[in-house]
Amino acid sequence: MITPTHYLLLSMALFTIGLAGVMTRRNIIIVFMSIELMLNAVNINLVAYSAQVQNLVGQVFAIFVMAVAAAEAAVGLGILLAFYRNKETVNIDEMNLMKW
Amino acid sequence: MAEAIAFYVLAACILGFAVLVVTAKNPVHSVVFLVLDFLCVAALYVTLGAEFVAAIQVLVYAGGIVVLYLFVVMLVNVKRPPEAFRAGGRHATLGLALAGAVLVEAAAIAVWSRLSPAAPASAAQTVPVSGNTEQVGWLLYTSYLVPFEVASMLLLVAMVGAIVLARKES
Amino acid sequence: MVELVLIPLLKIIVVLNATLLGVTYMVLLERKVIAWAQSRLGPMRVGPYGVLQPVADAMKLMLKEDITPARADKWVFTLAPILSMVPALVVYAVIPFGDEVHLFGRRISLYITDINVGLLYVVSVTSVGVYGIILAGYSSNSKWPLLASLRASAQLISYEIAITLTLVSVVLMSGTLSMVGIVTSQASQGVWYAFIQPMAFVIFFIGGLAETNRAPFDLPEAEQELTGGFHTEYSGMRFALFFLAEYANMIVVSSVATTLFLGGWLRPFPNVEFLSFLGIVPGWCWFLLKSFIFLYLFIWVRATLPRYRYDQLMRLGWKVLIPLAIANLILTAIVKVALA
Repeated sequence: MITPTHYLLLSMALFTIGLAGVMTRRNIIIVFMSIELMLNAVNINLVAYSAQVQNLVGQVFAIFVMAVAAAEAAVGLGILLAFYRNKETVNIDEMNLMKW
Repeated sequence: MAEAIAFYVLAACILGFAVLVVTAKNPVHSVVFLVLDFLCVAALYVTLGAEFVAAIQVLVYAGGIVVLYLFVVMLVNVKRPPEAFRAGGRHATLGLALAGAVLVEAAAIAVWSRLSPAAPASAAQTVPVSGNTEQVGWLLYTSYLVPFEVASMLLLVAMVGAIVLARKES
Repeated sequence: MVELVLIPLLKIIVVLNATLLGVTYMVLLERKVIAWAQSRLGPMRVGPYGVLQPVADAMKLMLKEDITPARADKWVFTLAPILSMVPALVVYAVIPFGDEVHLFGRRISLYITDINVGLLYVVSVTSVGVYGIILAGYSSNSKWPLLASLRASAQLISYEIAITLTLVSVVLMSGTLSMVGIVTSQASQGVWYAFIQPMAFVIFFIGGLAETNRAPFDLPEAEQELTGGFHTEYSGMRFALFFLAEYANMIVVSSVATTLFLGGWLRPFPNVEFLSFLGIVPGWCWFLLKSFIFLYLFIWVRATLPRYRYDQLMRLGWKVLIPLAIANLILTAIVKVALA
């Protein structure tokens, strides 16, 4: 019997894998992809609970999260490309233009 | 029974591919594993009866966002060896320890909330159509019309912003 | 048990075999039709009138040496043709070939399944097919395939938008996303959607030409241009998979266009009683005939029109087809609301 707690644990595990990716990797594209993993974990949670209480608000919210994720990916990658054109690196340790 | 098998298989695939995304040395491999991960998540949505969200997941995430990532990975052809992009030693251990702490805390909350009685669910809005797509569409166009329009404005702004940011300075 | 597993399994086997056979004979059909358009005869030696040519082609491709370029990414190099072929085949799960047939005392529906987001499934699965092209170009570790694959995939994702907008206008007319539902709504409204949505039909056909990398939009894979495009470094069976994936995509676009715009398995003038003698021909025959007309149209266009340059191609997709598709959608919505 699959309870929503199973889905909750799955989404938490996916979230922490994404979190580990954000905090460990130095390639900024991998960091962006880990953020997408975290957003997907949230979506899984929303849809699972929407199926449990039979209220479609969760699915509507999940669609909005997807739209926001698309917008964020586009703008984030645009920023990355603009930065790469100037500094030729994707290592976030070297993206320190605002350091003192 | 079939539902349990489907859930465990899909959950194992999702978590396995996610670990591979985060640990692959080659960014293109990471992107391929991300696509497979999103397809497994879409299959999970289908088992939950949310077929519209599943189709949108494949269309938007796997077929749009990840293609964008793949393009950028290819445009940013780094010449340095990929090992330079793994944080060494102290950073990595600290990051993994923090992630592990978050996981333990969240699992504790999840288990504790199962032991205590669940809060009563809010009353679902009755929509006069049947079928998952139709109901989601009804909600999007009546109760959640304002967020819908705001989301479309957001996407427009993001499109314009991405074009302006990524354009070559002429 | 029989209904749940055995019948769909049999349907899948039949559809897959028919598709692969059709795809291999599409190669022969294309060579013959282009030859006839150029006043020559095409393959004539192998078998009577060249009918066994695809068998010879298949044997040649299977027996060729399997070369992988040096320092190519081996796993991705192997994965790319698979990622190109699988979406083309998976779409057949929702295409309705006919209505119902009575065999061995059971009513067997002539489609593998009918999901209620069928059209969305078709669009989303074909949008995953872009990966095969990008990964093929990347994994060949060579600059011409990389450039060609980036061009081809940019073309694909641009024309996907125009196609999806035309599909939305069809869904506006039919009120359902299920493929079988779209055909039955054409039956109940008594008209094929090609006649009440002509602009959507034309835009879908042009977009379909661009989606399958067919002439006149085949710059990314033309031999004279980028030395064979994204499949330059592929040989033998992997090249065969790309080749077959392109033809399978063609058949998919034809089948989807038939279902959406030409009434699927319906006979011409489905509500006119005078022509009910046409009902002798079973539904799936009408479907195959209409798909075949589309395939012939694909090949005819290839034999006739010159190739678009890449910037002209992108301009056409973004500045002409997308505004037209949006205009068509708005017009359809206005007319539907006004008539309700």
